[in-house]
Amino acid sequence: MHAPLTPTTRLPIGSDADLAWLRQHVRQCAADLGFGLVQQTKLVTAASELARNTLVHGGGGHVEITTPADGARRGLRLSFVDNGPGIRDVDLALTDGYTTGGGLGMGLSGAKRLVQDFVLDTRPGLGTTVTITEWVSGFPAPRPGVR
Amino acid sequence: MTDFPAVHPEPVPVLALGDILLVTLRGDLYDGAAEQLQYDITQRIANSPVPVGGVVIDLSGVEIVDSFLGRILAEIAASARLLATRTILAGMRPAVAITLVELGLTLPGLDTALDIDRALALLGRAPSVVRPATAEEGA
Repeated sequence: MHAPLTPTTRLPIGSDADLAWLRQHVRQCAADLGFGLVQQTKLVTAASELARNTLVHGGGGHVEITTPADGARRGLRLSFVDNGPGIRDVDLALTDGYTTGGGLGMGLSGAKRLVQDFVLDTRPGLGTTVTITEWVSGFPAPRPGVR
Repeated sequence: MTDFPAVHPEPVPVLALGDILLVTLRGDLYDGAAEQLQYDITQRIANSPVPVGGVVIDLSGVEIVDSFLGRILAEIAASARLLATRTILAGMRPAVAITLVELGLTLPGLDTALDIDRALALLGRAPSVVRPATAEEGA
């Protein structure tokens, strides 16, 4: 992977005002990079889900935003970092409908479906980092096996 | 060419148009404002001097609906139903609909309409009732 084109932007996640600000910032970055409207909407929605997880389950944290380049492709990468209790059973946490926070249990699994690349790194007692990357496609996200 | 949507930490107004409650969501909604809206709508239905004929929530100005807001909308509709009132979501953007389906939130049981006019038609109200085109025509 090549070095990011721009320095990392770091935003705090500590309140629902931070969630709103983060959604706006991600949308602005995605639009500036040339993401289409559907891709923007998916990315901002995934970011909103993951940021809320950071806030609710991780006890707050921050997000790191970079714009990696891979050859001619440009992308947007968001890392959601918390120092919370971590996720004990990752497979279970990624199951649709499983919730410990009173939501619908679609946050983590739904966010994973919305983006091209999703990496979850968690250590019980030490925290969780979820990193998502979306590349500018100009088309709906390519999915193997479809057409 | 991006315009920042406004962020609204303040409460969302619930308007009464005849016996219909109309809520217009715009831009980005704070979680707290969404929860407050859920409370406000149910209070308005319960305390209305005349039976509320329906609740229309206009989403045409909303750029994203995540699982939190989706849950709030579903719960508003569910509690309105328990209070003998229908809720219609109007004007959802196509990109939002696509995203909700991929997220896994299809919100069964929620009634939707493409715009406010059609929402009012679903509730058996003529759109012109709530659209005073000119002052003379009104009432």
